[in-house]
Amino acid sequence: MDKIEVTFTVNEKKVTVKTAPDKPLLDVLREDLLLTGTKQGCRTGECGACTVLLDSKTVNSCLVFAGQMEGREVVTIEGIANGDKLHPLQEALIEEGAVQCGFCIPGIIISAKDLLDKNAEPDEKEIKEALAGNLCRCTGYSKIVKAVQSSAEKIRESADN
Amino acid sequence: MPSVGVNEIKVDAIEKVTGKSKYVDDLHFSGQLHCKVVFSRVARGKIESIDTSEALRIDGVVDVITVDDVPGNNMTHIIYDDYPLFADGEVKFAGQIVAVVLGETPESADMGRDAVSITYEEEKPVLTIQEGIAPGAPLIYSGDNIFKRYRIVKGDFKKAFEEADIIIENEYYTGYQEHAYIETQGMMAVPGHDGSMIVYGAMQCPFYVHDMVSKVLNLPASKVRIVQTVTGGAFGGKEDVPSLVASVAAVAAYKTGRPCKLMLHRNEDIISTSKRHPAWMKYRTAADKEGNILGIDVDFYMDAGAYATLSPVVLWRGTVHALGPYRCENVRVRTYAVATNKVPCGAFRGFGSPQIIFASEAQMDILAEKVGKDPFEIRKQNALNLGEETITGQKLNQSFGLHKVMDEAFEKSGWAEKRPMWGFEHGEGDIRKGIGVSSIFYGVGLGAGGKNMAKAGAFVQIYGDGSLSFAVGTTDMGQGMRTVLSQIASDEMGIPIEEIYCQSTDTSRIPDSGPTVASRATTMSGNAIIDACTQIKERMAVMAARILEAKPDELEFEDGKVFVRRIPDIFILFKDLAKRCAMEKVHMTAQGWFDTPFVSYNEENGQGWAYFVYAYACNVAEITIDLKTGEITVDRITAAHDVGKAINPQLVEGQIEGGSLQGMGYGVMEDILHDEKGRIVNTGLSTYIIPSIIDAPEMVPIIVEEEFPEGPYGAKGFGEQPLMGVAPAIACAVAHATGAHPDRTPMIPERILEWIEKKGG
Ligand code: FES
Ligand code: FES
Repeated sequence: MDKIEVTFTVNEKKVTVKTAPDKPLLDVLREDLLLTGTKQGCRTGECGACTVLLDSKTVNSCLVFAGQMEGREVVTIEGIANGDKLHPLQEALIEEGAVQCGFCIPGIIISAKDLLDKNAEPDEKEIKEALAGNLCRCTGYSKIVKAVQSSAEKIRESADN
Repeated sequence: MPSVGVNEIKVDAIEKVTGKSKYVDDLHFSGQLHCKVVFSRVARGKIESIDTSEALRIDGVVDVITVDDVPGNNMTHIIYDDYPLFADGEVKFAGQIVAVVLGETPESADMGRDAVSITYEEEKPVLTIQEGIAPGAPLIYSGDNIFKRYRIVKGDFKKAFEEADIIIENEYYTGYQEHAYIETQGMMAVPGHDGSMIVYGAMQCPFYVHDMVSKVLNLPASKVRIVQTVTGGAFGGKEDVPSLVASVAAVAAYKTGRPCKLMLHRNEDIISTSKRHPAWMKYRTAADKEGNILGIDVDFYMDAGAYATLSPVVLWRGTVHALGPYRCENVRVRTYAVATNKVPCGAFRGFGSPQIIFASEAQMDILAEKVGKDPFEIRKQNALNLGEETITGQKLNQSFGLHKVMDEAFEKSGWAEKRPMWGFEHGEGDIRKGIGVSSIFYGVGLGAGGKNMAKAGAFVQIYGDGSLSFAVGTTDMGQGMRTVLSQIASDEMGIPIEEIYCQSTDTSRIPDSGPTVASRATTMSGNAIIDACTQIKERMAVMAARILEAKPDELEFEDGKVFVRRIPDIFILFKDLAKRCAMEKVHMTAQGWFDTPFVSYNEENGQGWAYFVYAYACNVAEITIDLKTGEITVDRITAAHDVGKAINPQLVEGQIEGGSLQGMGYGVMEDILHDEKGRIVNTGLSTYIIPSIIDAPEMVPIIVEEEFPEGPYGAKGFGEQPLMGVAPAIACAVAHATGAHPDRTPMIPERILEWIEKKGG
């Protein structure tokens, strides 16, 4: 297949890549843009490790193709912290001890951030629904749920101040 | 401020939450090639031909590698020497490595893989334990398809059964379990300009990898270096298999002279890598009318798959754990690892014990019912006491938290209130709630089955600025070893954890420290670090004594200072001491070493001091069942674990919660299925279902600390046992809710309905 040129935004930076149109966004991010924080656990939309925000919606980047990317906006795990300042979600996951091997964590953070951006006060059920597509084999999830709850609180508090 | 016992944040957490951690697939070397494996689609047969000509014509395909390209031993050594790295003339399971295509890009390697054409003379595969041991079965291994057998004989089991008031006799089956680590297996082999080879990758046991790579390449071990990359979960699945993956990548790198990356995709990982052994158990229990166990007679068969790999040692652990932590004087246990034409099974959290524990705990539930007692009570009544003997004749004489974990789980689960209120007899419509228990013990470390590997080293170095780095031979695959060992180093030298850096595990830095399995990293490497730190402190103390005008043996290292005991005002800052030592060339590095305490085992009768210490756990599971549909929901798991000492309680809780959920998956949802030709059919995560966050029950982790005097700070290691007792506790709850006793895992709705129906009939 002939290569095409696509231009889109990643973590607020405009990028242009020359690629086969059927190359998964996951590979474009990891191979062409060297953003290896987005992980691959299946390539078939089953694990959620490759979750990114595409135009402010979560998607499995293994199921989105380069040919669909023109003009769109992507946020990956590398775009979550503000310089050295971690996002409250990242802080909470560390504090609650919710990170084990860490392989699922970038995807979990993206899904949880999407939730908190849209719902400042999610209950446990909403948190679980938002993370239903992100498999984690290490933690048993309970510390992840706690971390999302405590970061939601933190974000609300800092918004109040 | 001591660090041990504190919830220090994970030393590698920041890079993990920012996406900076480098797992093997994140490595990139210029000029790298991509490997794509051609797996056998046939479970048993002769290879007639391998035609690579089409593949080699594809743009970007550089080479295709087969058994003919292996420079050294193609027959690999794990425990036996029976597993060919590349299939050599025949295949014994679907998913076996036949060839590897090397491409300039992953896409070209993919196309090349599809273009390789292999023809087989197919033979009928052996797909079950029963087929494997049937007289006249096609031979997969040696004379009888049995890789290994063990037996335990103690007391007079025949007499016990003659004298028993109650005899309970049942058969049990447990299914496969796939590790389903979210990071699939992968390796990057990088050839050196001087004939050396470095392999980076996801692994638990770098020294196994080292050994296999050097033999496969026929390179001196000194020219091989293995580096563990950040590893995305393992659970036993990255114990022996990474040696094979690394060796394949290394052969490719050796032949082409270019860095070669081999990443297995999920479906490839599922068809070709190890799993938990399915098992078939015939379990007889003799008891008196009070419900005291008098004797057991157990036959335990594991489906080992096509090659022995780790099955002999997995079988050994299962054998020793054939009865839970209960008293029993009269024992016969016979165990077998049986060859079949399926993917070789291997290590998985619990290592041969979850299968047999499922059966032995189910027997306890039936015994309780027979004598009209509560399942908790029957377990308490039979539970070993301090000083009593296991079925291998080992006296449990220290760090014995069994009764404490049982009492805690009883209390915190609310057993006394829930058990009488719930159950089949209580409830409306089709919905029933059930509560069930299991109590288990777990031999920590390799035990007598692996005592020659039971040693570990550590390298510790203090720098002139007062910081410390250390390297160990065990690995962190997410469980938090780097953090726990940093805490130990921090307390040993009396400096803050921020001053400590744990190097990545690399076989060029540290002597062979055995595998990271069997919950041994904390005890083994922890003790080796303590040894190294002690040596360095002795040397630094001489200098400090000179400065402080004190005697070296009066000095304490604490709070970033070195001071005279009882006169803490006389001190020097550790940083200043380190600087001074560096200037005056005091030797501030040391190799630490730890040998396992005594263990023994007699293969004739299965008697001996099998493990140096045991960890204990009690699980209570609460479930809801729909009697109409068989649908089961696990609502809550209370898990009390005696860990000796929790160096980092939060990490211990993480192990309990994660292990419990894996145990739940094993109990109620996970299984590998084959078609009639022996090929795995559920090769993805939408068909091999593991628990998602929606399935996750409420967890109540409870830490009990009965210190183990020979462990670092009293810790005894326990990463595996959280999984082991969960399926049995769920089975006990299912029996409570339905009145029918499960005899199989996973306890899926169809089976639950079957059990209910059988009980009714
Ligand atoms: S890699 Fe995309 S969902 Fe698993
Ligand atoms: S932390 Fe390992 S998969 Fe989630």
